[in-house]
Amino acid sequence: MPHDHHHDGHEHTEPPSDIELRVKALESLLVEKGLVNPDTLNTIIETYEHKVGPRNGAHVVAKAWADPEFKQALMADATEAVASLGYCGRQGEHLKVVENTDDTHNLVVCTLCSCYPWTVLGLPPAWYKSAPYRSRAVSAPREVLGEFGTDLDGDKKIRVWDSTSEMRYLVLPQRPLGTEGWSEEDLQALVSRNSMIGVELARTPGQDTEALK
Amino acid sequence: MQKFPHQPQDEEGPVFNAPWEAQAFALVLALHEKGLFSWQEWAATLGDEIVVAHAAGDPDLGNTYYEHWLAALETISLKNNLSSAVELDRRKSQWYAAYLSTPHGKPIELSAGD
Repeated sequence: MPHDHHHDGHEHTEPPSDIELRVKALESLLVEKGLVNPDTLNTIIETYEHKVGPRNGAHVVAKAWADPEFKQALMADATEAVASLGYCGRQGEHLKVVENTDDTHNLVVCTLCSCYPWTVLGLPPAWYKSAPYRSRAVSAPREVLGEFGTDLDGDKKIRVWDSTSEMRYLVLPQRPLGTEGWSEEDLQALVSRNSMIGVELARTPGQDTEALK
Repeated sequence: MQKFPHQPQDEEGPVFNAPWEAQAFALVLALHEKGLFSWQEWAATLGDEIVVAHAAGDPDLGNTYYEHWLAALETISLKNNLSSAVELDRRKSQWYAAYLSTPHGKPIELSAGD
């Protein structure tokens, strides 16, 4: 031990990793210069860790299934329609909703980096940010869907939407059969994050959500 | 089912694997909200960093994402004169020294004379 002349061995704190020091250095300088406010940072982290998530998107989808007027507004101007539910973007980006139909299935990717509809889905999962997904969603979408356990009819068309910093996409999955008369709240439980990215379908009634992990 | 290696099982969304990732994430949003760069500018910078990392051999499976994010944040901060390389390097050393001189369990602070 380099500090064995101290009987308690607690005379210093182990410095963190290089990457943590880089963040600390940058953050403390920017705060000192008044360019960022520590309270703002905490609010942002709190928001993204606890308040923004795929439940927002599930709310939007379930409402679109249950309320034809809302659906019409959503398809016409998704940015506006989701804002009416209280979900507003921070980056001034536009949101477009793409609807799955009997003929067409939609899949969302960001080939450049990882643009993602944060306001309705929270932060993207790791696989969405991975190079294999970013390239293969475009080159082999049917294969990628198969890896997620989503096997589509051979004649169903797949449309791939490449997100940008200005335009983000949310998939409106097809409403599962056997849900006629369901409340919006019950419908929400069928809407998984993955179904709104387009790698899966909405859950069907009775499907154990735990089993889908 | 594991779709890609290192894919975390996060059915309801991520979020961060370590506090520094959350800090780096929040810094970018805060600087952007303050108007210090546009979101287009940020996305382009991040995209460039990912390309560079990829070219340097990073398999880029999503688990190194916030490393690219931090590199892009440093790049855009230098480019837009929010900080300088010398200043950053010096501050990093100061933090390192502060850890070494602070008894375990006590809050780490930079001393005024640094």
